[in-house]
Amino acid sequence: MENIISLTINGIDVSVDRGTSILEAAKKINIRIPTLCYHEDLCVAGNCRVCVVEAEGYRTLIASCATPCEQGMKIKTNTPKVRNARRDLIALLVSEHNTQCTTCYRSTNCELQALASEYNIDNDIYMSILKPEHLRIDKSSWSIEKDDSKCVRCQRCVRTCSELQHVNAITVAHKGKDMKISTFMDLPMNEVVCVNCGQCVIHCPTGALTERRYYDDIWNAIGDEKKKVIINTAPSVRVAIGEMLGYGPGASVTGKMVSALKQIGFNMVLDTNYTADLTIIEEGNELLMRLKKALVNKEEVALPMITSCSPGWVKFIEHMYPDKLAHLSTCKSPQQMFGALSKTYLAEKMGIEPENIVSVAAMPCAAKKFEANRPEMKSSGYQDIDAGLTTREIGHMIKQAGVDFKELIDSDFDSLMGDSTGAAVIFGATGGVMEAALRTAYEIITGRDVPFEKLNITPVRGLEGIKEAGILIDNCLPEWNFLEGVELKVAVAHGLKNARIIMEQIEAGTSPYHFIEVMACPGGCIGGGGQPIPTNDDVRKKRIKAIYDEDAGKPIRKSHENPEIKKIYEEFLVDGPLGHMSHKLLHTHYTKRNRY
Amino acid sequence: MSDRLKRVDVILGNYHPEKYKILAGAMERPNKDIIQDLIDSGLKGRGGAGFLTGLKWKFAAQVPSEEKYVICNADEGEPGTFKDREILTKVPRKVLSGMGICAKVIGAKKGYIYLRGEYKFLVAQLNDQIDEFHTYCDKLGLDFRVEIFLGSGAYVCGEETALLNSIEGKRGEPRNKPPFPTNEGLFGKPTVVNNVETLVSAMMVCKIGPDQFKKLGIQDSHGSKLFSVSGDTPRAGIYDLEFGLSLEEFVKEFGDGDTKAVQVGGASGFCVPRKKFSQTTIGYKAGLDGDNLPTGGSMMLFNSSRSMYHVLENYLEFFEEESCGQCTPCRIGCQQLKKGIDAVKRGIRPPEYLDQLLKLTETMKITAKCGLGQSVANSFSSIVENFREEMIY
Ligand SMILES: Cc1cc2nc3c(=O)[nH]c(=O)nc-3n(C[C@H](O)[C@H](O)[C@H](O)COP(=O)(O)O)c2cc1C
Ligand code: SF4
Ligand code: SF4
Ligand code: SF4
Ligand code: SF4
Ligand code: FES
Repeated sequence: MENIISLTINGIDVSVDRGTSILEAAKKINIRIPTLCYHEDLCVAGNCRVCVVEAEGYRTLIASCATPCEQGMKIKTNTPKVRNARRDLIALLVSEHNTQCTTCYRSTNCELQALASEYNIDNDIYMSILKPEHLRIDKSSWSIEKDDSKCVRCQRCVRTCSELQHVNAITVAHKGKDMKISTFMDLPMNEVVCVNCGQCVIHCPTGALTERRYYDDIWNAIGDEKKKVIINTAPSVRVAIGEMLGYGPGASVTGKMVSALKQIGFNMVLDTNYTADLTIIEEGNELLMRLKKALVNKEEVALPMITSCSPGWVKFIEHMYPDKLAHLSTCKSPQQMFGALSKTYLAEKMGIEPENIVSVAAMPCAAKKFEANRPEMKSSGYQDIDAGLTTREIGHMIKQAGVDFKELIDSDFDSLMGDSTGAAVIFGATGGVMEAALRTAYEIITGRDVPFEKLNITPVRGLEGIKEAGILIDNCLPEWNFLEGVELKVAVAHGLKNARIIMEQIEAGTSPYHFIEVMACPGGCIGGGGQPIPTNDDVRKKRIKAIYDEDAGKPIRKSHENPEIKKIYEEFLVDGPLGHMSHKLLHTHYTKRNRY
Repeated sequence: MSDRLKRVDVILGNYHPEKYKILAGAMERPNKDIIQDLIDSGLKGRGGAGFLTGLKWKFAAQVPSEEKYVICNADEGEPGTFKDREILTKVPRKVLSGMGICAKVIGAKKGYIYLRGEYKFLVAQLNDQIDEFHTYCDKLGLDFRVEIFLGSGAYVCGEETALLNSIEGKRGEPRNKPPFPTNEGLFGKPTVVNNVETLVSAMMVCKIGPDQFKKLGIQDSHGSKLFSVSGDTPRAGIYDLEFGLSLEEFVKEFGDGDTKAVQVGGASGFCVPRKKFSQTTIGYKAGLDGDNLPTGGSMMLFNSSRSMYHVLENYLEFFEEESCGQCTPCRIGCQQLKKGIDAVKRGIRPPEYLDQLLKLTETMKITAKCGLGQSVANSFSSIVENFREEMIY
């Protein structure tokens, strides 16, 4: 069989590999065909039919996203027949829709709105068939809001939740006119297996799935004289928020972001990277402790140890592998460590009453909202983090405040919990936590730098679903002699589909690793469910590049060298990593959950 | 019965006294000869789409694969159709022979009968027949096993790719085509899906030969066909008739003297008004609007006591419920059509709105993902165009 297919699209010759869809072939010659159910991350559904084109000799129009090119095809993408059909389809979608763009969170970032405006839909043709029962918005979840009245039934969310995340919290229910996106037994979102990752949200073309917004609470707090509102910003926010504010993907706007947050009224702008560095110290020590227990004391300890900084992943393992929770590091995520310290250490140092502190986190993530509200996250005596806002919410706040973002002059983070290293920045990309941990752990064990050029542990970088590395440990410091000659085996998984593969190995007892990093979202936090839309592999790669560029440009690139970290162990966490104080404030426990 | 309305007994006729003789005969013949006979016979699928059966088998035979499947489509969900039930009750051995021959020709080891949920009562007796069939397969050296899969009652699961999804335990939604089932069918393996009656006809081709088979019926529509006759008729039932009969003759035979319309091919078929009876012949390419006349075999007669508005409303209600709901034109289109005729009837929209709705059915016909959404236009346009006055008052 020929493996190169030649065809014409709008009279232009194009040759593509066998298996290429008409949509992709058209893209190759810069012909844009409108789509709605199509998303490059997902398998093709072919259900919206918006992408139909005319093919010579075919009885019907054909869906260009779902039809592979065939030799000699003659495709036309812009005939009256195609345009009329397309416009009719969009008009039908609008007739089923609660078209409330003026009050919709996704307005100006909505694929249905864009199509309707492009085709100038006359909404008088069809009568509304919006079902009253779909007007009830499900706000039961801390993280996700589901509004069926804005749903176009493209099933992108369903495909996301099953293909990328292997969670299957949302499915298609009923058929015909009653067909809708639903949960198991139509239960509210907070009662099902949803892990709050928000991947469905960033794959939804409309306002049907959104993160629950909390920025009004924060505006109120900012307006309250008594309150000190402090914010910590996650590493992946600074390389993505530009997309909300007029920049292309991959722009690193750290300094402007800090300035903007100060300008809109946050009393202190601090860096989650600080507690990312702290996480590395605690987690690195925890790993070494587990290895020591296993190898020296011959105790039963759960190995491999798995990272716990991704709350979507944590809830996933709680639901899916409740008997394997011992494998999770007991470290809180950087967000929650930050929260606990902000209302203890920071409050003390700054002389603020903790009850007057409102601790906010700017996160790439939807699951962080749920995490902030977990009942056990109150070790400071208060709710450690008052609100987790997404990159998108922060972008909206900056716009609402009328800040001319592009014209801002860079500022630095405030001090005390604002210093960070390159190791912390890379937390934002898949493999980053692992790389940061190895930079520190290897040095603790051997007293030397990790044996990679410029400290760049390239095997754990990149978008491959599961990455592995092995580091031979030799010439240990005396204290760590028991590790002499051991090859430390690590793995990195991102996207819960890949996490499941890792967990199946652990269940089968065949996992060859000592330490595993798991991030719930494809690409890691830079591809998080709270990030600007669209997010796809092209965008992910650009954000990742920005992350590694930040790391490379940092004077200090190892967590344990962060001066503010050294200081907190001297002044506050005086019994050291894994000590009493850190146990109380920085570590946590997990909950077994049901599988449905 | 009149002469021209020949009643033949091809499908439901008697068994050969020797069990599985035709299958045994086929086992001795080269596959390509059997395929050639089927192609020469002109046999087309009886499930509605009318694809050449010989060609379908040929495609599946050509794809190299260790695993292949034969599926007998007995979902029979089209309103007014009950002929597959009759076949499976009366001559199940013929169906199994057809499946066996297909399995040999394409190289399948596994077969399914996808049985409409309501036909559950047939399972026990079919399983007895299947057990016996398996002993014959073993005797004849055919490595083939058949299993019954009970459908869940959704009309759309009769669509072949939705059917495949349903067997795979997925939601019964039609798939994108290509790939066609003959290339990537059940569990991604080459699969032939044939209607119950098609399998019997294929087996008949093997029995009487393509020439004899071709002598039945008219050009382009060979063989005989089971018709499920229902509605306003004193003679409701199943009839094994030759292809090519004219509707006028049919109505003379089956009507109650007051027939105003015949719905040919069920809800997804066409409505033929009295004035067009004489020009309409039943068979593929019968000339109605230049389109294939669907031949699921349902013939529903309406007399002048019926409101065609209500007939159409019923069909649309059926479609808006039975659409799988995945694609825009079908899910929303069906609801708009129903809401639309209602609005015209009540004077909320002007009569001209019917033309807007006709345009919508045109969009549905060319953009819907599967035959269900594509064929709503058939009954809608044939009823609205022929009985427009009944839609308005
Ligand atoms: C909505 C829908 C329902 C269908 N239902 C049936 C059915 O009940 N039985 C059937 O044999 N074919 C049905 N078909 C046709 C099948 O998709 C397929 O064409 C047929 O089973 C092929 O067999 P044949 O070539 O022997 O006709 C249906 C098609 C559609 C679009
Ligand atoms: S989802 Fe899109 S089309 Fe719908 S109201 Fe919101 S912005 Fe408008
Ligand atoms: S938030 Fe994640 S787990 Fe929950 S429904 Fe969406 S994709 Fe599935
Ligand atoms: S919720 Fe969003 S992604 Fe899911 S089907 Fe509806 S519109 Fe599509
Ligand atoms: S045409 Fe109707 S039944 Fe067929 S795929 Fe579309 S919605 Fe489903
Ligand atoms: S984008 Fe092709 S069918 Fe939806």
